[in-house]
Amino acid sequence: MNPVQASKGAAIDLESISKAYGGFKALDGVSLRIEPGEFMTLLGPSGSGKTTTLNVIAGFTDVTSGKLLVGEKSVVGVPAHKRNIGVVFQHYALFPHMSVGRNVAYPLTLRGIDQATRQARVARALDMVKMGDFAHRYPSELSGGQQQRVALARAIVFDPPLLLMDEPLGALDKKLREWLQLEIKRIHRELGTTFVYVTHDQEEALVLSDRIAVFNRGRIEQVGTGRQLYDEPATLFVGRFIGDSTVLRGQARSDGNSTALSIAGETVTAPRRLAGEASPVMLLRPEKLSLCRPGQNAANGANRLSGTIAEAIYLGSESKYEVKLADGSGAIVRSALTGESFGLGDKVELCFDGTDAKLLADDSTADTTLT
Amino acid sequence: MEMKPLTRVLLGLVCLLVAIWLVAPTLVVVPMSFNENKSLAFPPQGFSWQWYENFATNPDWSNSFLNSLKVASIVAVLATVLGTLAAFGLDRMKARPANLLRMLMLTPMVVPGVVLAIGIYAVYLDTQLVGTLLGFVLAHTILALPFVLIAVSASLEVFDRRLETAAASLGAGALTTFRTVTLPLIAPGVASGMLFAFATSFDEIVVSLFITNPYLKTLPVQIFASITRDADPTVAAVGTILLFATTILIGGGMLLLGRERKGRQ
Amino acid sequence: MSASDPIAQPAADARPGRAWRPFALTAPAIILLIAVIGYPLLTIVLRSLSEPEWGLQNYAWFFGAPVNLTVLQRTFTISAWVTLVCVIAAYPYAYLMTAVGPRVRLVLVLCVLIPFWVSGVVRTLSWVILLQDSGVINSLLRSAGFSGVKLIRTQTGVVIGMAQVLLPFMILPLYSVMQGIDLRLMRAAQSLGARPSRAFFTVYLPLSLPGVYAGAIIVFILSLGFYITPALLGGPRSTMLSTLVQTQVLSLLQWGRGGAMGVVLLVTTFVLLALAAPVMRSRHREAGRR
Repeated sequence: MNPVQASKGAAIDLESISKAYGGFKALDGVSLRIEPGEFMTLLGPSGSGKTTTLNVIAGFTDVTSGKLLVGEKSVVGVPAHKRNIGVVFQHYALFPHMSVGRNVAYPLTLRGIDQATRQARVARALDMVKMGDFAHRYPSELSGGQQQRVALARAIVFDPPLLLMDEPLGALDKKLREWLQLEIKRIHRELGTTFVYVTHDQEEALVLSDRIAVFNRGRIEQVGTGRQLYDEPATLFVGRFIGDSTVLRGQARSDGNSTALSIAGETVTAPRRLAGEASPVMLLRPEKLSLCRPGQNAANGANRLSGTIAEAIYLGSESKYEVKLADGSGAIVRSALTGESFGLGDKVELCFDGTDAKLLADDSTADTTLT
Repeated sequence: MEMKPLTRVLLGLVCLLVAIWLVAPTLVVVPMSFNENKSLAFPPQGFSWQWYENFATNPDWSNSFLNSLKVASIVAVLATVLGTLAAFGLDRMKARPANLLRMLMLTPMVVPGVVLAIGIYAVYLDTQLVGTLLGFVLAHTILALPFVLIAVSASLEVFDRRLETAAASLGAGALTTFRTVTLPLIAPGVASGMLFAFATSFDEIVVSLFITNPYLKTLPVQIFASITRDADPTVAAVGTILLFATTILIGGGMLLLGRERKGRQ
Repeated sequence: MSASDPIAQPAADARPGRAWRPFALTAPAIILLIAVIGYPLLTIVLRSLSEPEWGLQNYAWFFGAPVNLTVLQRTFTISAWVTLVCVIAAYPYAYLMTAVGPRVRLVLVLCVLIPFWVSGVVRTLSWVILLQDSGVINSLLRSAGFSGVKLIRTQTGVVIGMAQVLLPFMILPLYSVMQGIDLRLMRAAQSLGARPSRAFFTVYLPLSLPGVYAGAIIVFILSLGFYITPALLGGPRSTMLSTLVQTQVLSLLQWGRGGAMGVVLLVTTFVLLALAAPVMRSRHREAGRR
């Protein structure tokens, strides 16, 4: 609780954390190191364990096994109210019987801070979230976005070395969400504390985070920067969860240093092979694919697959096409408006460079968890 | 639902009669209390304050009134503390044991008064609690407990427990959380439970009739004795005082509640 | 979304080591309950079986004496009448409470609550003043040229007085159920071709029945154990079971016989409650569905 030390961020180490509810494993051996001052997002679909992880760090949930260090000190068994960690909840959790000012002053009162200091720090925290004029209002008189900003002020006013946020923008509309994302980013920069942010929205994760930990079924699938996760997904689940993607499945044949997939009579190859026995699939990002009329020369790549335009969506700066391939699966292609445009039902060929295809082990559960 | 005018008039008439039936009989004590004669016969004769004076000066009446106040005040505090703790405990239990214990704690409401009274009387005879303050307080507390439990449980049901999690994250221990977050938010339920507990004790008659003795009488016991023994209009005076006190309390309470609700929104 | 996460539950549940805490909080109330209700009731049961000697002789005496059976039957009859009167009076009243504006509703609520809160003894006293031979009703009748009627110390008087005291217990549950009935259903029924009266009997009445059951059960059970009102308004020919119990114990010092009567009354109450429990529970489900 030393404010001087607290003004810097704390590191967090999760080591093989498991949490079981009866037979259900909410967390199954989660290990993660979060650096001091880092903005780490825990991303995943609902029930994937990201909120449990947050609750474990906050001290709201006991672990079944594993080690948890905050600021290099073990906090297993330390009750939530002694951890000195700020938490922002999706449902705001402002005390309805206290004014905004008293809500924000609450953690300071608990820490026995004198009135003058308290007032100054409350004012500073409220100014930081641009709610300085609202100290005398009651939570019920505020909009959702305003309430969440007050909740944020309350969570940072006692200078915790670590701030946890559990889908803080989940209940707000899109415009407000996007604006508050930028606000949160700014506050993170100004405070320099460690932020751990839980969301199921991959775009939000990409906007905010230094690094993202992707959760699935109680485990971490991959940890990395947004670019790493997008460009080099470690698993099919990560590849599909982050950004748009096209997955090609087919009869696989690997020889030497390349892999060939035969899809409804057509064959595509990538100059790599998958280690191990798992059957490989190819994952392609929309911008790595291009479309051309049958027989026409493609702009990129030696691989060609024939298909039909199933959906054409105009997005302003670009167009997005959904192509139905011969085997019935779909592909998503993005193309700049300067290129040729296609209409519904047009026969097309889908072209890509084999080096752009990510070879990943097939995982049928990736589809079920995502839908 | 649209009603025919005739249905509407009939409905209004029936309800007016019911309302009169509910309220008017109680009002009859008001004229009787100013009777000049020592009689409860209707209509009252003349006008006099003597029965109010009698209530204030006759030790039978004033002592029983003070006794009732004393017992009811202690009961209100005791039942509120025990009932609030219990309601809190039930709220934090798994549904099955909670439902079982809740049913158990509500039994005092349904056990026939006389059965309970002879049981308590039997036990009090053995333990020398008949006619003691402790005896009255214990019996009335158990009768008032269900009302506190119901009122506080209702408040807890709408209380957002996630606020407690939030308080913990801000550094509040279990007791501090209860004192600064939970209690202020369930305060209306606790207060109305306390009021109910006071009223229950102040009004309790059946058990009191059995465990009373000449040294310790409560007001209802005195009223009952007076009605059965003689036609003393002092009971009418007492009734009038109680009627006005209750009306002011309830009316004031409702006004306050309404104002507070308006202020919050 | 964390709301659907199985994990997003409050902190207290996550601490299995503290599971005893809620029980500790209820402990003082439970202990007092056992000491001041449980133990006395047990004493009564034991005395009914053991005084003057062990055996069922007190129960044999109770069910063997016609006068006791008459009182038992009368207790049920009076309770049934009181319940019926309450249902008839409370139904339109509770309905009107749901149909009027907030101002009138406040008045209607006060009309229920104020007598509810005024001391029960005082209210019974009022009935004595009203019903006695020299009371309000008789003097009004006489001044209008009619001959007086005997009301005090009659069964009718007891029923009128008890029903008035118990009416709030009928109105309040009825009102809470009626408040939840979606009035658009009535419009729907009428749009389907039902006359208003038919819509009422086929839609509104069935939906309000859970409230009627709940109120009726409460009123009936409370009536069975009523003591003060019958004692003050009733006469020898309207004695109810409670009075008989009191006489046996206080006047005749027959703890065994009084106890046996008490046990009969207690068992009857709990049997009725047990029978009513499923109905009450379905009422809660009904309320939850809206």
